[in-house]
Amino acid sequence: MTLASLLVQLLGGLAGASTLFLTSAGLSLIFGVTRVVNFAHGSLFMVGVYTAWTAGQWLRPILPGSAGGFWLAVLLSTVVVAALGALLEVLILRRIYRAPELFQLLATFAVALVLRDGCLWLWGPEDLLGPRVPGLTGAIPVLGMPFPRYDAALIAIGPLVLGLLHLVLTRTRFGILVRAATQDREMVSALGVAESRLFTSVFAIGAGLAGLAGALQLPREPANLGLDLPAISDAFVVVVVGGLGSLPGAFLAALLISLVKAACIALGTVELGGFSFAFPRLTLVAEFLVMAIVLVMRPYGLMGRAAAAPRSLATTLPAENAAGAPGRWPWGLLVVGLILLPWLAAGSPYTTVVLVDVFCFSLFAMSLFFIMGPGGMHSFGHAAYFGLGAYGAAIVLKASGWPMLWALLLGPLGGFAGALIFGWFSVRLSGVYLAMLTLAFSQIVWSIIYQWDDLTGGSNGLTGLWPAPWLSAQVPGATANAAYYLLTLICVAIAVLVLRRVLDAPFGLALRAGRDSPQRAESIGINVHAVQWAAFCVAGTAAGLAGVLYAFSKGSISPDLVHVGRSIDGLVMVLLGGVEALAGPLIGAAAFTLLQDTAGRSFDYWRAATGVVMLLIVLVFPQGLAGLFRMRRRPSTT
Amino acid sequence: MKSSLVVHGRALSALSTLVVLCGLGCTGAQAQTPIRIGEINSYKAQAAFLDPYRKGMDLALEEVNAAGGVGGRRLEVITRDDGASPGDAVRAAEELLARENVQMLAGGFLSHIGLALGDFARQKKVFFLASEPLTDKLVWENGNRYTFRLRPSTYMQVSMIVPEAARLKKKRWAIVYPNYEYGQSAAATFKTLLKQAQPDVEFVAEQATPLGKVEAGAVVQALSDSHPDAIFNVLFGADLARLVREGTTRELFKDRPVVSLLTGEPEYLDPLRDEAPAGWIVTGYPWYAIDTPAHKAFVTAYQKKFGDYPRLGSIVGYSTIKAIAAGVRAAGSTDTEKLITAFRGLSFDTPFGRAEFRRLDHQSTMGAFVGRTAVEGGRGVMKDFTYLDGARFQPSDEAVRRMRPADAQQ
Repeated sequence: MTLASLLVQLLGGLAGASTLFLTSAGLSLIFGVTRVVNFAHGSLFMVGVYTAWTAGQWLRPILPGSAGGFWLAVLLSTVVVAALGALLEVLILRRIYRAPELFQLLATFAVALVLRDGCLWLWGPEDLLGPRVPGLTGAIPVLGMPFPRYDAALIAIGPLVLGLLHLVLTRTRFGILVRAATQDREMVSALGVAESRLFTSVFAIGAGLAGLAGALQLPREPANLGLDLPAISDAFVVVVVGGLGSLPGAFLAALLISLVKAACIALGTVELGGFSFAFPRLTLVAEFLVMAIVLVMRPYGLMGRAAAAPRSLATTLPAENAAGAPGRWPWGLLVVGLILLPWLAAGSPYTTVVLVDVFCFSLFAMSLFFIMGPGGMHSFGHAAYFGLGAYGAAIVLKASGWPMLWALLLGPLGGFAGALIFGWFSVRLSGVYLAMLTLAFSQIVWSIIYQWDDLTGGSNGLTGLWPAPWLSAQVPGATANAAYYLLTLICVAIAVLVLRRVLDAPFGLALRAGRDSPQRAESIGINVHAVQWAAFCVAGTAAGLAGVLYAFSKGSISPDLVHVGRSIDGLVMVLLGGVEALAGPLIGAAAFTLLQDTAGRSFDYWRAATGVVMLLIVLVFPQGLAGLFRMRRRPSTT
Repeated sequence: MKSSLVVHGRALSALSTLVVLCGLGCTGAQAQTPIRIGEINSYKAQAAFLDPYRKGMDLALEEVNAAGGVGGRRLEVITRDDGASPGDAVRAAEELLARENVQMLAGGFLSHIGLALGDFARQKKVFFLASEPLTDKLVWENGNRYTFRLRPSTYMQVSMIVPEAARLKKKRWAIVYPNYEYGQSAAATFKTLLKQAQPDVEFVAEQATPLGKVEAGAVVQALSDSHPDAIFNVLFGADLARLVREGTTRELFKDRPVVSLLTGEPEYLDPLRDEAPAGWIVTGYPWYAIDTPAHKAFVTAYQKKFGDYPRLGSIVGYSTIKAIAAGVRAAGSTDTEKLITAFRGLSFDTPFGRAEFRRLDHQSTMGAFVGRTAVEGGRGVMKDFTYLDGARFQPSDEAVRRMRPADAQQ
């Protein structure tokens, strides 16, 4: 590789940064003003790519061979996606702004599910490659190397949009309102600004930017159904690395990440002191490595500032804390019923199979709730501990040849070890930064597991993790997996009890104190970071146990246990159940697992069906499923 | 205090209701006469391949049942979507066995799911025909008595294309592959086999790109910088489209032969339309130009039923059902042990011709087409292709025996 080619690589990185910036800018605007973590943003980007393709098809016969057709299609698709964004805000999000923090994530997650199946239904399964842009088809020589004209155009577009947004934000009344709302939403509405109109228009602009980014991407890659998840995760990373609410920061972050990726690819395989290292493999996690490093060095991203403490925090998180006696007899009754179930349900053996999944995810969700609810630390990477537990058990079983029970006991230590390391870094951050750092760690764990063939089996994973023979033996008169079912039930019940006991103990109170008012907690002698760190470790161990139990129920594990999708599932379960009730995560996990299981069998477009049901739940029970019971009990509480 | 008790009581009663509802819904279905096959795949996550696959299955089912079924029993397929998660695939398998009383399992697209289902089959002693997953491990290192595989494996596909690569007599090769097991083992096998065929070969660049997220511009630039004489590509799907577009713009493919796995499959070639690369050596499925009677009959029936042309997925789905029908007929029963005995060495018909399941490792000898791409009438096609029988592209029996676990060979 020559210097010239490195420069051309970096130039290419600039082009990539442009679309990355556009998507992220939209996400950043929306989050800044509405505090909605818009998980559907990647889906809006994907819709943008598809719409641009369709618009191009329509316009081609009308404007044959002219570049105008392409740009018109870009404009059209921006407008369509902006309208879609506005629609989502008016129909769904507007109704749940008063719900607990992050609850909107649940709604946007459901929207993402619906949009993904919607695209499949509308545009079919085949990838759709758009035409090249007339006038920008070929390459121009840069330092003697061909460089695509279209990429050169993209390099200009990024800064252009940044400048335009900057003008709008600084020079117009609308921009002033947006900035004011970003800093203090309550104050803006107290001053008589029509909040709903502001929110709708910001949502439309943010979505429009995603649509624009998608449309501009069409000449570079085909419209396909796998675009949404990478787009949303890239955009999140860029927004957080840049610093929430800072558009120049987002631009800088997009540049940094694109350049790091380009450099990794350019370096290729490097021989150093007898070791050869394939840098291109790093592109699997480059953005998350960058994010982890940036957040550890700068807790508010490259250009972000410490946010003013939100006014309403202490009032949004009441009740679950009622640390008094948890109703013991209904729990006992439930457990007794579940213990008898393998015999009661002998005629329908699948019941205990699906319940093993429900138990594992209940514990997983409960452990996430432990740091999210009382701890106030939103972990977006909780699957790391679930997966580390499962892999820990698998490696103990495979490497040592010890009996399975040892794997069951030692496996959770994998989750503990992960939480010990990642928790130490994470508790030094707060809010979305903390959430994204946990996500970065879990993605790094994922990529290591994904690529360490010798130890973890790489992307294929490990097989042959079955329970010991006495646990897979047939219990007389019960369902086939009764023995393992009972083991899972007992382990999960004990773990949940322990978690609840810890929350009722002084430790749990200290944890809540740290959440509700860190300064006051510190001043009465609570070491908030230490308490939070310990909470991470407890939660990590519990999640690890859930992972071990899950692994042995399936017989095999693969990196998808650690993947961001599973972390999101965990969040969805906790939010679905309600962050404010101890029973929330258990109900949420059961509801989500059974919903997916049923929808998968009953509907062709089962993801959309799951999404629609979740949207209904979100709109009808904005406190989560467990909130339903609370609302009934005390309808006047606000 | 009291309120919290009530709250929990209510919450719990909801939980118990869910449990009871599930229990009610889980009563096993009664089915005596039909032969029931449980089929699990990532239908929505891999729709481009699996939509045609399902159509292929439907066509074969219709044919088999119209001809009176197998031994007078109808063939029935119950499909489940695994959501691209091995854990859910295993749960779906349990559900199919427990509630639907299926007598065997089939399906699988992603390699890790194929392996998970294979191991499940071994544990539960159920017959499993993996239709699609490509990983070599499925029949070798992780092989077992209960698992058979239809599609040519990664190793077979690579070894079909290596002789063509060697014939190019190019010295400096660059390799680009998706960074997961399929890409890695395709690249490794290619390097080993090409080195055997042509000892002076040199591998000057290797790019492992994240699946579905290739930074095509940078990768193409890096490949160019290594000045290769030829390129071996394993990317497919959207990654392939990105690579082709960037590579064409940046003149990577100018005067450089490209050897490319799977690119001739309509699933991946058709979306490129008139930008399909010309002159690449590829494996694939030229459905428009295969003129054997068996294949012609298949295409006619398929187009008549669905009004669409077949993809490779259609062939795999169709042949899966035909293979199962042949196997059950030979076994005269759906008993697992009898099925295993019958499938070992079983010869069955596919639209590509006759194939058989090898006794040695349960891999079918269904082959693939190797040819060169061209652009005709605004779309990519395969020209000068030949059908290569999978039986000829295998490691030595000795090598296979060493890789395959002993209990899998009993």
